[in-house]
Amino acid sequence: MSYRFRTDLKWSDATPKEAFFNRRQIMTGAAAMAAGTMIGGIPGATQAQAFGVPIEREANSLDDITSYNNYYEFGTGKGDPKENAGDLVTDPWVIQVGGMVDNPGNYSVADLTDGLDVHDRLYRFRCVEAWSMVVPWNGVQLGDILNKVGVQSGAKYVSFTTAVKPDVMPGVRFPVLDWPYREGLRLDEAMHPLTLLATGIYDEPLYNQNGAPIRLVVPWKYGFKSIKAIVTINLTDEEPDTSWNLANAREYGFYSNVNPQVDHPRWSQATERPIGGGLFAKRIETLMFNGYADEVASMYEGMDLSVDI
Amino acid sequence: MAKTTLPGAQKLNGWLRKVPAWPIYLIAVLPPAWYLYQGLTGGLGVDPVKAMEHALGLLALQVLVATLLVTPLRTYTGLNLIKYRRALGLVGFFYVVLHLTVWWVLDVQLLSEVWKDIVKRPYITIGMGAFLLLIPLAITSNNRSIRKVGPLVWKRIHMLAYPAILLGAVHFVWLRKGFQLEPLLYLAGIILLLVIRIEWKRRRAVA
Repeated sequence: MSYRFRTDLKWSDATPKEAFFNRRQIMTGAAAMAAGTMIGGIPGATQAQAFGVPIEREANSLDDITSYNNYYEFGTGKGDPKENAGDLVTDPWVIQVGGMVDNPGNYSVADLTDGLDVHDRLYRFRCVEAWSMVVPWNGVQLGDILNKVGVQSGAKYVSFTTAVKPDVMPGVRFPVLDWPYREGLRLDEAMHPLTLLATGIYDEPLYNQNGAPIRLVVPWKYGFKSIKAIVTINLTDEEPDTSWNLANAREYGFYSNVNPQVDHPRWSQATERPIGGGLFAKRIETLMFNGYADEVASMYEGMDLSVDI
Repeated sequence: MAKTTLPGAQKLNGWLRKVPAWPIYLIAVLPPAWYLYQGLTGGLGVDPVKAMEHALGLLALQVLVATLLVTPLRTYTGLNLIKYRRALGLVGFFYVVLHLTVWWVLDVQLLSEVWKDIVKRPYITIGMGAFLLLIPLAITSNNRSIRKVGPLVWKRIHMLAYPAILLGAVHFVWLRKGFQLEPLLYLAGIILLLVIRIEWKRRRAVA
């Protein structure tokens, strides 16, 4: 897959600076300069030209993005991750790459991303709970990383797991899910240029509550597919287990592509509530593949998307 | 049921004789007013609609559970709060109505979608069922109704509180993703409060 996205929109055009330069971010100029030399928290990585898929909504503020999170390892409340994630140590961080790869082993975030293009991507983010945000990510394409570690022929899926650290993750002491959190993609989905491993938001390193130090972003799928704080990446030839599918297969499928025509059994997926609009925000229509149909629909040709949810 | 009176309960009851129930109605307005103020000024976080909807729903459940505590408290401690029960019940109903209003007007927004949700989503169907069961209770929560239908029938009607509150707890458990501790604790507590009533009835039948 080697096409380029047709757009002249840069996310910097859509990002209101004042929205994210809130009080907390305005530090001394020197500190800001120092932060600026680290792009998305990755030393040594080069910045690729900014581009994204046109979005008619403004990006959410950093405050929205960092205070409203589903990250059950830190609690099931939306504000719990912000409150509880502070003690997670994300440096050093080891990502175990294994399975059907040429170069298995333990990698640091820098090892994995070194030399790869860092992209700025303004993506819609649609939660299965029918709320949505627009997030300016910084990250590398998962496909670039997979090419780097060398995918062996015969591999068909990629699986990921999130860290489990009971001493700093109060949520894992209660079996809401079967920990560790697990997610997976088909190899073509993983290699798709839209699929990111994000390391930053708004040119800042990821906050812990957003999945620091490195997380998946698959913008055409419901948010729970975009697994946070990744500690293993595994290439397999069998469809991997995924956490929400294990918890409730009727409600959460392996693919979990955003699809306004297929309702979640407990709520409609036809519309979504944009976060950040206040008490009287209007609902908006949910788009097929979250608005990325032109880019990704071809991967699902011949599949019945009301069955392969 | 063995009635017990803890030391101090009688004294407390004596004081409470001087405390009327009507201030409960005034105090009850404060939490929703506070939520509204917070929602308008950013105090409810980045998703004020859900925050308000959930806060009102939880508050309704808590107040309705309090109505179930009145009789066991009298039985097991001698503390008599019965004169406040009507006010608590009506306040609980008031919060349920506000919870529904926020859900409809601010969250779902379209009446057609509201109807679809009620029909298609079991946890919403259950919540709505609980609301419907509460309506006759709210309408008859006055002395005139007791006189009109007679105390025995009135008591029967008000037993609808049991299934209504149980359904409210089921609604709470069901709406969360996965099985979560908080709603399960509410459900367990409510089941316990209902089971002791069944036990009382059984013992009365035996005796």
